[in-house]
Amino acid sequence: MSRKFLTVSLVVLLAMMLAACPAPTEVEVPQRSVSMAVLWAGEELEALLTTLAPFEQRTGIDVVVETVGREMPVVLLTRVLAGIPPDVAAIPNPGQMREFAEMGDLVSLNGIVDLVDHPKAFLDLATVDGHIYGLFLSADLKSLVWYSPKAFAAAGYEIPTTWDELIALSEQIVADGKTPWALGMESGGATGWVGTDWIEDIMLRTAGPELYDKWVNHEIPWTHPAVKKAWEHFGQIVLREDFVDGGTVGALTIPFSESPNALFTDPPRAYMHRQATFIQHFILEANPDLVPGEDFSFFVFPPISPEHGTPLLGAGDLISAFRDTPEVRELLNYLASAEAQGIWVGELGKLAVNRNVDPAVYPDPLTAKAAGLLAGAEVFRFDASDLMPAAVGAGTFWSGVVDYVGGTPLDTVLQTIEASAIDAYGR
Amino acid sequence: MRTGRVQPWLFIGPAVGLLVFFLVYPSIYTIFLSFFYGMGESFAGWANYVHVFTDRTTLTAFRNNALWVVVFTTFTVSFGLAFAVLLDRVRYEKIIKSIIFIPMAISMVGAATIWRFIYAFRPEGSPQVGLLNAIVTGFGGQPVGWLTEAPWLNNFLLIVVGIWMWTGFCMVVLSAAYKNIPRELMEAARIDGANEWQVFGKVTLPSLKPALAVVATTMVVFVLKIFDIVFVMTDGLFGTEVLANRMYKEMFLFMDFGRASTIAVILLLLIIPVMVFNIRQFREQEMLR
Repeated sequence: MSRKFLTVSLVVLLAMMLAACPAPTEVEVPQRSVSMAVLWAGEELEALLTTLAPFEQRTGIDVVVETVGREMPVVLLTRVLAGIPPDVAAIPNPGQMREFAEMGDLVSLNGIVDLVDHPKAFLDLATVDGHIYGLFLSADLKSLVWYSPKAFAAAGYEIPTTWDELIALSEQIVADGKTPWALGMESGGATGWVGTDWIEDIMLRTAGPELYDKWVNHEIPWTHPAVKKAWEHFGQIVLREDFVDGGTVGALTIPFSESPNALFTDPPRAYMHRQATFIQHFILEANPDLVPGEDFSFFVFPPISPEHGTPLLGAGDLISAFRDTPEVRELLNYLASAEAQGIWVGELGKLAVNRNVDPAVYPDPLTAKAAGLLAGAEVFRFDASDLMPAAVGAGTFWSGVVDYVGGTPLDTVLQTIEASAIDAYGR
Repeated sequence: MRTGRVQPWLFIGPAVGLLVFFLVYPSIYTIFLSFFYGMGESFAGWANYVHVFTDRTTLTAFRNNALWVVVFTTFTVSFGLAFAVLLDRVRYEKIIKSIIFIPMAISMVGAATIWRFIYAFRPEGSPQVGLLNAIVTGFGGQPVGWLTEAPWLNNFLLIVVGIWMWTGFCMVVLSAAYKNIPRELMEAARIDGANEWQVFGKVTLPSLKPALAVVATTMVVFVLKIFDIVFVMTDGLFGTEVLANRMYKEMFLFMDFGRASTIAVILLLLIIPVMVFNIRQFREQEMLR
């Protein structure tokens, strides 16, 4: 009897275990809400919440913001594959957006979101096979060299207007017994992107936008002389131990966010720092007493080949949707609007993409100047590494820069990247 | 009679079921995926395996994994053995053993973050936030880029973090085994005129052999999969890549499940012989009891 009881109860237990296996269930969401995954934390997260506040108040839609952080690409991919993506996400770069779009995971924004006031250049970046899959919340201008006007004046340095002048100035600073460049590239798992920005900026100036586009699309190999030339120009600065604060080891190990602080020590440990508009935020956080425009300013990264002029390199914050609901549509339209972008850029000193944003929202003259540069750009190109497949753009290009600065021969570096590009683009 | 045949299966059924679902099925699926491109798009044959054995970064990862296995295992086991034997003769054994064991209680990521600070580099003339460079410059030296000195110094310094964490584990296991050796054996040897080195070499070591084998193989299996320390401290840059980190990147960053699975399969193949040896040793030890 007891044995029978045992058997029966075991069978029941097993049946219960099987029944308890979780069946895919819809997560209960309160009415009128949108989930949004972002990589922003701290001040950027607060700026986002400030941006969203008027929308939430007006529509009653609850935007549930989730900060994912540094491992955003990984978390997004995992959630998409598991079938539980966020409704809306700030996609790390157009390259990953394209991959999601090609996998059929993204909502086409055609006819859903009003993007008439967004420049065509940005719309094109988010277009795959005729469908727009993302909208740009804001942009950053990357072709800027930050410096301290006071330090320059004290030492009698002039702002260089060509590459040769830039090198000459660097030599002069070294001759004066000082260090010209702050060039820290450390950024955790993303270490190397600072260097890729340099190379992209140089490539635009030495090879021109057409060849740049071909390079982005892998229509020319990485071993192409024009690509090699751009790397060598970068090497003229980064490989010179006396040009860079801390030498090559400093370039590899100083966090990019701390790097510009070398401009503001007494005496300055370095005089120039090439970085995007968003670095102002880091400068002010570490040195709250500095006044933008007076204590620090920027000049545009000088032209190299006269025939290609001074093109501008930039990047942006991209928003895509994984689910199409009325609430998602309302949110996307809001984020594309001049109202939302005005609040967002006003909080963070980024540059608006929507043409109707009032320039008065920019918090200081430097940001306004950068916005003017972006609006008036003759040639503007998006950060190449953000457009390439992740295995190159967030893989071998980054690590290639690290290898190059670490002393690996350039040909080896370029062959390694080329090998990975051949199969990353080949799929 | 009937229940007699069914009942064992009922008892063992859930365990076997779970094992198949969580271990056998994923393993087979991983092997399956390793023969496909990207995310299972098209059949790749051996292409992923060819790639893994020709790609420069992955080859570096193989070299570094070998380095980890040799250096990490040698040092954790020998330090563990030395502490186990020597501390047996010390009055404050328990306190010292606790101190050595404490790093085990820190999460790998936490420990790696701590050591990142210890190895941090700042240019000469600016305040050194890294302990090691603060000491070096304090004695008038030049700051050193500890984590960028490829290929030997930085890899070795990463392995030091692992050794710091896992020596305590080896020590505890070996100490327990050491205390199990009948004291009469050692005393008999001493009475017969053996000196301490002879006692250690001829009595202690042979008695500890099964325990040493288990500890060493456990360390080898563990370190073949090393990920956290490298991921946090260098993310595989500067020539410090290891297989597990490579696998993570291929899978989640580059969306290449085929290559990630290939690396997983190779890791599995590397681990199997060690596991078999480990289990055999363990059985032998059980039989001796």
